[in-house]
This record gives sequence, C-alpha cells and structure tokens, in this order.
Amino acid sequence: MTTDIGLWGVPLAILGGAIRVSTPFIFVSVGEALTERSGRVNLGLEGTLVFGAMSGYAVAYQTNSAWIGLLAAAFFGMLFGLFHGWICKLPKVNDIALGIALMIFGSGLAFFFGKPYIQPVAPHLPAISLGWWSDVPQVQAALRVNVLFIAGIALAIAASWMLKNTKVGLTIRVAGDSADAARALGIDVNRVRLWSTAAGGALAGIGGAYLSLYYPGSWNEGISSGQGLMAVALVIFARWSPINCAYASLLFGGAGALGPALQSVGVTQGYYLFYAAPYVLTLGLLIATSSTTRAMTSAPGELSITK
Amino acid sequence: MTTEAGLAAPATGAINAETAETFARKLDAVLLPLAALLVGMSIFSIFLLFLGKSPIEFFQIVYKAGFGTAFSWTNTLARAAPLLLAALCVALPARLGLVIIGGEGAIVLGGVAAGAVAMLAPGLPGPIGIIFMAIAACVVGGAWIGGIGALRHLRGVNETISSLLMAYIAIALMNHLVEGPLRDPASLNKPSTAPLPDAWRIGEIPGVGVHWGLAVGIIGCIVCWLLIERTTWGFAARIVGGNVKAAQIQGLPAGLLMIGFTALGGAFAGLAGMFEVAAVHGSANASLAAGYGYTGILIAFLARHNGLAIIPAAIVFAGFEASSGLIQRRLDLPDATILVLEGIVFITILLSDARQDRVSIVKLMKGASA
Repeated sequence: MTTDIGLWGVPLAILGGAIRVSTPFIFVSVGEALTERSGRVNLGLEGTLVFGAMSGYAVAYQTNSAWIGLLAAAFFGMLFGLFHGWICKLPKVNDIALGIALMIFGSGLAFFFGKPYIQPVAPHLPAISLGWWSDVPQVQAALRVNVLFIAGIALAIAASWMLKNTKVGLTIRVAGDSADAARALGIDVNRVRLWSTAAGGALAGIGGAYLSLYYPGSWNEGISSGQGLMAVALVIFARWSPINCAYASLLFGGAGALGPALQSVGVTQGYYLFYAAPYVLTLGLLIATSSTTRAMTSAPGELSITK
Repeated sequence: MTTEAGLAAPATGAINAETAETFARKLDAVLLPLAALLVGMSIFSIFLLFLGKSPIEFFQIVYKAGFGTAFSWTNTLARAAPLLLAALCVALPARLGLVIIGGEGAIVLGGVAAGAVAMLAPGLPGPIGIIFMAIAACVVGGAWIGGIGALRHLRGVNETISSLLMAYIAIALMNHLVEGPLRDPASLNKPSTAPLPDAWRIGEIPGVGVHWGLAVGIIGCIVCWLLIERTTWGFAARIVGGNVKAAQIQGLPAGLLMIGFTALGGAFAGLAGMFEVAAVHGSANASLAAGYGYTGILIAFLARHNGLAIIPAAIVFAGFEASSGLIQRRLDLPDATILVLEGIVFITILLSDARQDRVSIVKLMKGASA
C-alpha cells in the first residue's frame, strides 16, 4: 500500500532521483577533474562512458557478477584513457578534436559489440537501504542508495585530499599549471598526463557501468544522453575541485530527476522541456561562470579549453 | 655554396621553385587526407579480419550499395545533401578556430521551423511557401549556432561544449513542439507536424533523381570556398583563426566575424533540416535527428575545412552510410559498423594533420634541395 503524501512526493522523488542520477556524473567529473588538473582535456569521455556501460553489462552477464562487470568497465575505460593520452603525446595533436573522434569511436565500438546484449538481463549492483527508519515507502525508495554513490562521494573527498596533500597530487597540479615549470622540476609531463587521462578514463568507465548495471539498469544504444560531455562542462563549473564536482553532480542529478518526479505526481505537460533541464542548467552555469576578460580562477594554466 | 647558387640563379628559376612549392603544398593538402582515409580503412580491415569477416567483401558491398549502380548513386547523393550542409556548419567556424560540434541542433530546429511555417500559412502558393520555409530555417539555424559564436565572443563560453549542450536542448525542444503545440492530431504512431501541402514539396533535380538540396549543398560549398579563399572577409577570418589577438591589434572585427561565420554555418545546417522536411519526410518529426550533424564533423575535418573538398568527402561518407543496410544483411554485422569505421578514420585524419611535418611532399622537396 502506498501512503498518500501528496505533493511532498515531488521533493522526495527529486532527492532520490538526484542520488540515483548523480552517481555517474560524480565518477566522470572527478575523473575529468584529475585529467584536466594535469593540463589535458578529454572530451571523449562520452564514448568511454558508453563503452563502459556496454562492457560492464556484457561482462556482468557472462560472469554473472556485477562486480566483475564493473572492473571490466574500469579496465576498458582506462584503455580508452591511455589511447587518448598516448595520441595527445604526439606533437600538434588537438586534444579537443581527438576527444570528438574518440566519442564517435567509443560509441561506435560499444554499439557494435553491444548488439547481442540488448536482450539478456545482467545482475545488478547492490543498493543499501538507508530509509529503514521511515514507514513511508516513498522515503524508503528515495533513500535506497547504491554502493557506488557512497564510493563516489568517498572518491571525490579522497581525490581532493590527494591533489592538495600528496606528492602525486602536486605533480599533477604542476604539470597542469606550467609544463615548463614541471620540466624544470624533472617531471615527465607527458607521463603524468598519460596516467591522469587513464585514471579519468577508468572512472568514466565505472560511471558507464553504473548506468547499465544499476540505473536505468539495462544496456541499450540510448543509455547515455550526453552525461560524459555534461560532466566536462560540470568540471569547469566546479572549478576543477573534485569535491565541488560531487556537489555539482548532485545538483545536476536533481535537475535530471525533475521531469520524472513531476510525471510521477501526474504533471505530464512539457515533459520534454523538463527533460532538457540538466542541459539548460549546464549551459546557464557555463555562461554565468565563463568570462572573456579575467582568466578563470583556479583553472589549470595549460588547459586548451579555457585558453 | 648555396648563397652563391642562389645569387647566380636567374629570377625565373626562383619563381619556378616557388610555384613548385605552392604546387607541392596543394598536393599535400589532397594526398594527406586521402592517405589518412586509406590508412583508416586499412585499420578497419584488420578489425574486420579479427572478427572473421572479409574486408574485401565489405568494401565490395560498400561499392555496390554506394556507388555501383545509378540507383545507388541516387541514394548516396540524396544522403550527401544534408551532409554537405552539415559539414559547412563545422567548417566555416573552424576557419576562425572555433570547434562547433552541435550542428545537429540547427538541423533539427531548421526542420521544425519549416514544418511550423507550413502549418501557419498552408494556403500560400508553393514557391512562396518554399522561400518562407527556407528563410525560417536559415534564421532559426543561424540564430541557434550564431548564438554559440556570440556566447564565445561576449562571454568566453567554450563553443565545443555549449554547441553540444544546445544540440541536446534543440532535440528536446523539437520533441516538445512535435508532440505538443505543433502536433498533427492525425499522426498517431509517430508524432509529426502536419504534412506539407503538396505544392510545397521540393522535387528532384531533373535528370539526376535527387532532390534540390544536393544542388543547394554543392553551391553552398562553392560559395563558402569563395568566401573564405577569395574575399577580404574570408582573409580576415583566417587571420582571426590563426591568432585572435594579432587580428584584433590589426583592427579586425573578430567578434563580428565569429558571430557572422557561426550564424552562416548555422543557416546552412538549418537549410539541411528544411530539405529533410520538404524533400524527404514531408513533415517535421523525430527522424530529423538522424545524426547528419555528427557525420558532418568528420567530413569537415577530412576536408580540412575547405569548402570544395567537402563535396567529395561528403559523397564518400554518404556512400558508406548508404551501404549500411546491405552490410547488415549480407555480412551479418550490426548497423554501428559504419560508426566504427568513421571513428577510426577520424582518428587517422587527426594523426595525419599532426604528422604533416614528417611526411609531406613539401618536406621531401626541401630535403632533396638541401
């Protein structure tokens, strides 16, 4: 029996939706934040995300274990990251154009190999019920949290701490702020960027596996609607801080959950416009936070995207 | 030794060497993308071999389905029409150094605008209706992409990301309009705008069997080439593309050029949508988002953003895409096969651009004379 909680259902559904929808954003944006802090942009994460979703689902189905699927997605994501990083090492390669190429390539490969896995059902990643204290089913539904959400928040905190306090973090930041300074310190800039891009790719792969293995929880060719690219915009808004990326992801998740939440209480007017809310929000924030006159605060100095 | 030879050489010799170098540069511009295309196709062949499929059979089918018969040429050229216009939406801004990848949004909204005009004034005679549809599509597409250029100039918003976000917004807008305010109640299974009046439908070019969008696309490519290579505006745009700051110091209106070129590109993409509605589908619906905008990116990069080169590049990829159905049936490969090929070719093109200094005829020539 559902308890009637009237319009309270909307904010609850948005909260629950924000947690569900934001998780892939957290992984992709924290990964991209690491990549961009090292001075490189990977726009191809959209393709990595889609391939992660496909490979995670396929491997989970074959091995009957969602966790092995997740690992596989991270592994293939890393391969995509390494590929991007390796080509960008060559002189005169435009990392933005290469990202677009990899977006097409990654999605193409995912659709190619994913065709046989559209029908079968793979095991899902487990969720934890944090709503045990409430009798209201809507509250319980909203607080059924996937383990990856918790892992993502922990990852964002750890990545922020790592960038600020460890030698690896400092190395990444120096490589991103001034390649010359890094070289003077004896840092191999290309290697730092290669592995930062690889880490970003692995995290994007995990984000993709979350899509296919938990929410929405199946593999099809329309599984990603630009999350990988929105995550790149989100990193700019989050000022290249992994913790801010997590906050921004929750905000985006909430915007993405707006349409379904309103639909659940019977508002169907303008469904497609609500569907566009996350894109409009991203664009609005991008416009609000960009500037022609002042350099972006805390932007890595070597970044092609802010030059 | 070299200086002596240089001094001693007659003036005509120097001019000859210069023309030879210009010629070599032009040859490079043609041969390098061609080589990139061939390398990409070879890597794709290896990919097919790994899967136990025959690359020879694959390319035979592509040839047969895309270019082998008069019928397949008609099919290919009909697909090339929107691709030509979509590629211009990437190539024009690219000459100013802007990477716009959201042409799909302008195509979709241009198509919806055309469908909306037909619903507002279906009583108008055919030719006037077509002109109104074209104007509406150009204005909407131009404003959509021009807005991205303006945001870039006025607010420093990264145009690559904003254009793609706007493409998603455009598709959502189209779905909203086509399923809501503009929906024809008679369209049950596939929500669409009302069918265009018969007189408004755009026919075929006599003797070619392909709709007029192809002619407009080719003319658009030639006009853009002339604009960029032969006019002061184009020259100014290329300077801005080379170095914005230097261009501004020279007093060039970088902002106006950015907005103008993006708007022009958007207008072409909008026209592509209009032709899809008026010549192919007969009404605006979700079929507009067919991915032409994304293939257009690849074509523009393959053509190195040169209007004339876009024509053959678009025809090649239109042929690839036209053969997709036959490849699925004959080789039992998924429809994404062409997408994989496109991704590989895109990567090899970017690599060839980066390696130009290493492998080029200009370099060979200089190496020989040194």
